[in-house]
Amino acid sequence: MRRGLSAFNLTSLALGLAFLYLPIVILVVYSFNASQLVTVWGGWSTRWYVALLDDRAMLDAAAASFGIAATSAAAATVLGTMAALALTRLGRFRGRLGFSAMIYAPLVMPEVITGLSLLLMFVAADIDRGFLTVTAAHTTLTMCFVTVVVQSRLASFDRSLEEAAMDLGCPPGRTFLTVTLPLIAPAVIAGFLLAFSLSLDDLVIASFTTGPGATTLPMRIYSEVRLGVKPEINAICTILIGAVAVAVFAAAWISRRAAGGEVAGLPAK
Amino acid sequence: MDVNKNILANLGARLVVWVPYLWLIVFFLLPFLIVLKISLSQSVIALPPYHPVFDLAAGWDGIKAFIAGLGFDNFATLVSDSIYLLSYLKSLEVAFVATAILLVIGYPIAYGMARAPRRVQAVLVMLVILPFWTSFLIRVYAWINILQTDGLLNRALQALGLVSAPVTWLASDTAIYIGIVYSYLPFMVLPLYAALEKMDHTLLEAAADLGASPRAAFWRVTVPLSLPGIGAGALLCFIPIIGEFVIPDLLGGSESLMIGQTLWTEFFSNKDWPVASAIAVVLLCLLVGPIAVYQHLQVGKVESGG
Repeated sequence: MRRGLSAFNLTSLALGLAFLYLPIVILVVYSFNASQLVTVWGGWSTRWYVALLDDRAMLDAAAASFGIAATSAAAATVLGTMAALALTRLGRFRGRLGFSAMIYAPLVMPEVITGLSLLLMFVAADIDRGFLTVTAAHTTLTMCFVTVVVQSRLASFDRSLEEAAMDLGCPPGRTFLTVTLPLIAPAVIAGFLLAFSLSLDDLVIASFTTGPGATTLPMRIYSEVRLGVKPEINAICTILIGAVAVAVFAAAWISRRAAGGEVAGLPAK
Repeated sequence: MDVNKNILANLGARLVVWVPYLWLIVFFLLPFLIVLKISLSQSVIALPPYHPVFDLAAGWDGIKAFIAGLGFDNFATLVSDSIYLLSYLKSLEVAFVATAILLVIGYPIAYGMARAPRRVQAVLVMLVILPFWTSFLIRVYAWINILQTDGLLNRALQALGLVSAPVTWLASDTAIYIGIVYSYLPFMVLPLYAALEKMDHTLLEAAADLGASPRAAFWRVTVPLSLPGIGAGALLCFIPIIGEFVIPDLLGGSESLMIGQTLWTEFFSNKDWPVASAIAVVLLCLLVGPIAVYQHLQVGKVESGG
């Protein structure tokens, strides 16, 4: 496509980005509002961040969420990378169609369906619901995102490097560890971070599959938000936005260093 | 030695396929079968087990008894009470309208991105992806801040003299559309951008040389060439929007619910798991077509090296 921006292009870009970022900026600014009334500006203050430290329920929920996100993202990264290898390196194996169908379907499947069906299975299998069930549910959802991210990287790099290693007598397992894995590492790391943030973010599937003692942060925020806007919620949301922003920039930096500027992210590349 | 290596390689290949495959069968496919079964069961009490119970020990007779015990009562419930039909229609309406709005807003943004200098493009893609990484719930919550009666939007409108009294934005369809368009915009823009970015600009020059006005060239060259992007973006938005729960629940009113909310209420408030399952099964039937088309587009993209 021809380069060069018309006034119309510039306007639509500026408006689009303003639309995407203004609500988040407003939220962050108002989290530092000294006033108890969320709509009145009362000067800068960090009092709501201090108040968070006394909110036991919120802190417990945050701990549960981070535990679930770390565990499920690790499992999803392993499973998702395996699935990506299967789809890009093994050609037409038996059951390939069903396999790729099950990889792509969860990406768009409404969460209420995924959540309900997983819960009913856990009930049918008589499994106590809690940390493990939410983790398994999140692993299932996020591994598919990992697969898509890793798959696009596997499809784009030079296969002759792998073939050369094998021709020189390197066994497949070792070829994977010494040649393939370092090459796809940026995508694997990006996949892990994506899985982590998706798990940290999920409300619907966690609500269905959780049990006593495993209330996640989004569930906690959701039940507070239903009662109205509160300054403490602005503060916790700002902390989460900050954490995600740091993770994304770290991922971008890693992948730029390793791969010369490829941006990893959405399945729609 | 070589034979050993081949066996090992084979084993590795099988492991790589079967571990994730089994995981997905157990945690994705099997749960759907259970939903299907429960949607055909009758609830004896508000809690499981539902009848009929699948009893393998009873052998073939057990299977026959199991099948005989299944029924379409829950689906009859869905038809008999108009609340369910209205929910499905409302979801379809919201998904259609929101996808159309997203396309109209997203196309100029993607077009601008594709025309930007290379170096700027990478930054723009990053900027569009970034909100997708921040929590969905937080982004919806941010709009409650803005849209509430004494919120920033009303105060801005009043300060500009556009309205004299505060407008009620929350608990309305307008708020649902704002929330959905805001949340799903990256899903629309990125596939459109990917299609537009690949476009060969000499085609537009050729069209101009042959006497096409810029407008005609846009509609007859650019738009047709970006159709795969339009399809992928529209499906990536349309399918999840139909089952959306968080946005209508936090921003919408209580008089007409989307199907995701109805399912949620049926499950968490009414504790009627069989009816909730039946709602999910019908919803899934609605979505099978669009999901299949989406998969076809995705697989095609990956296999062509994209």
